Amino acid sequence: MKKYTFTEKKDTRSGFGAGMQVLGQTNPNVVALCADLIGSLKLDAFIKENPERFFQTGIAEANMICIAAGLTIGGKIPFATTFANFGTGRVYDQIRQSVAYSDKNVKIACSHAGLTLGEDGATHQILEDIGMMKMLPGMTVINPCDYNQTKAATIAVAEHVGPVYLRFGRPVVPIFTDPDQEFIIGKAWTVNEGKDVSIFATGHLVWEAILAGEILAEKGIDAEIINIHTIKPLDEEAVLASVRKTGCAVSAEEHQIAGGLGDSIAQVLIKNHLAPLEYVGVNDSFGESGTPAQLMEKYGLNAASIVEKAMKAIARKNS
Amino acid sequence: MQITELQNVASQVRRDIVRQVHACQSGHPGGSLGCADLLVGLYFDQMNLKSNADGTKPFDMNGIGEDLFFLSNGHISPVLYSVLARAGYFNSSELATFRKLNSRLQGHPTTHEHLEGIRIASGSLGQGMSVAIGAAQAKKLNGDNSMVFVLMGDGEQNEGQVWEAAMYAPHHKVDNLVAIIDFNGQQIDGPTDKVMNNRDLGAKYAAFGWNIMKMNGNDMADVVKVLAEARAFAGNGQPTMILMTTEMGAGVDFMMGSHKWHGVAPNDEQLAAALAQLPETLGDY
Repeated sequence: MKKYTFTEKKDTRSGFGAGMQVLGQTNPNVVALCADLIGSLKLDAFIKENPERFFQTGIAEANMICIAAGLTIGGKIPFATTFANFGTGRVYDQIRQSVAYSDKNVKIACSHAGLTLGEDGATHQILEDIGMMKMLPGMTVINPCDYNQTKAATIAVAEHVGPVYLRFGRPVVPIFTDPDQEFIIGKAWTVNEGKDVSIFATGHLVWEAILAGEILAEKGIDAEIINIHTIKPLDEEAVLASVRKTGCAVSAEEHQIAGGLGDSIAQVLIKNHLAPLEYVGVNDSFGESGTPAQLMEKYGLNAASIVEKAMKAIARKNS
Repeated sequence: MQITELQNVASQVRRDIVRQVHACQSGHPGGSLGCADLLVGLYFDQMNLKSNADGTKPFDMNGIGEDLFFLSNGHISPVLYSVLARAGYFNSSELATFRKLNSRLQGHPTTHEHLEGIRIASGSLGQGMSVAIGAAQAKKLNGDNSMVFVLMGDGEQNEGQVWEAAMYAPHHKVDNLVAIIDFNGQQIDGPTDKVMNNRDLGAKYAAFGWNIMKMNGNDMADVVKVLAEARAFAGNGQPTMILMTTEMGAGVDFMMGSHKWHGVAPNDEQLAAALAQLPETLGDY
């Protein structure tokens, strides 16, 4: 099992900001919109270097999404940015009609997804966005796991023609992926190979899965850890190849269990290869105020929970 | 084009509207008839559009170097489909498929079926002006001096997003944009002043910083004149809002003056009565 160490922690949203800065310098068609959250989205560098390609919409997300749709008519590649709650749930119909149904090349790039938004509490902690976005026909849904991967994903989605939901977060988290990685939409990344249980993790839960793998190794369990950064289209081949080998699986995500990554994996397994699957996610509940670490522990979204679910999945396999 | 020629086109468009709605026994004739003169004035006179040598029109999504029109109140799709077909974007025979299974002419306009002339899906109200603003800003970034037009309903002004867009366009000096409100005073549940009083819409838009103009939307001469004035005003740092007064059902006497024909199709007898009032000028599809 490969050991992962980190020397630095950064927020994934800064990876987005760094990716946008690169796009500002390399792709003249990329434009950005923001609904009064420039600092939170780390757009300062892009705006400073490309003021004419930035559109401040004020606190008006519905208008922002549809202006972004309009900007594509003329060949622009707009990144519409805000917090995940306001960029998805609040504007679902605008995304559905003016972006997804209209086949517009809009990138909806949202920070502060999930519980790790922290102290602001449940009004801002959206845990349903992956489900809502993946249900829209033609929508690509990506939830990268660290600063480097978020930067690479940001650059990659600009090259992809079609609507994308790019989800990232607020807290500083370990950087453990390659700074020069090639980000391939829809291609899972096998973090560690193993034979006893498959752990499919997305976003902030990938690092927790790595920690869980180390704990499991001490118990003599060889876990395979796979980073599903693209929830839609799901890398079904990678999921099936892994579970055919290990015989059981755990999904891990900072999202409701209903409608999330785990449900997508369950569909693949039910159709192709029945095997025990345990979910690490929020169980039909809203969040609350607290520090990110406190919330991830209380709602069972950490390495300890992944270990517990992995043991359960293995026990079910062997029963 | 001469006013009389435009009126002739509008007469055929009105025939197309009632025939489309009759054939599938669904759709929205009232608002479509009311806006026929505006759309004919735009597509046959005031908009700068690319044309092929044979009189048909080419379509590409980006529309660079030509004017764009967006229909925000997508339920009046019959008038848009007829005008697009008669202007040369697709064969008018396709109007016979309106609202039928496997048609490109969906109940509300969509890009999903790749119908030439349509650049955005609309139907869920309140979104079109925002889309038009984005398209207008893309034109500015591209150094394209063409104009963007958008039509909304007066009932649609109930939608909150309209006011987000109303605030944005003057702030960002989107002065290549001409928005038009179809002021027919009717919405599904009754007169607009009873359902949700818009009161003085002109004063509201003026307060946000728009250039306000008025138009009699069922007087072709006034339609052309006001559109030309709106074009001439472009580039002055302000978007233009045209308050267009229309009669719902205009051109068919028994459909006028009521919200009853908002979303009701005529029967065979009513279709014959309507067509008798509308000269066939370009040949029925």
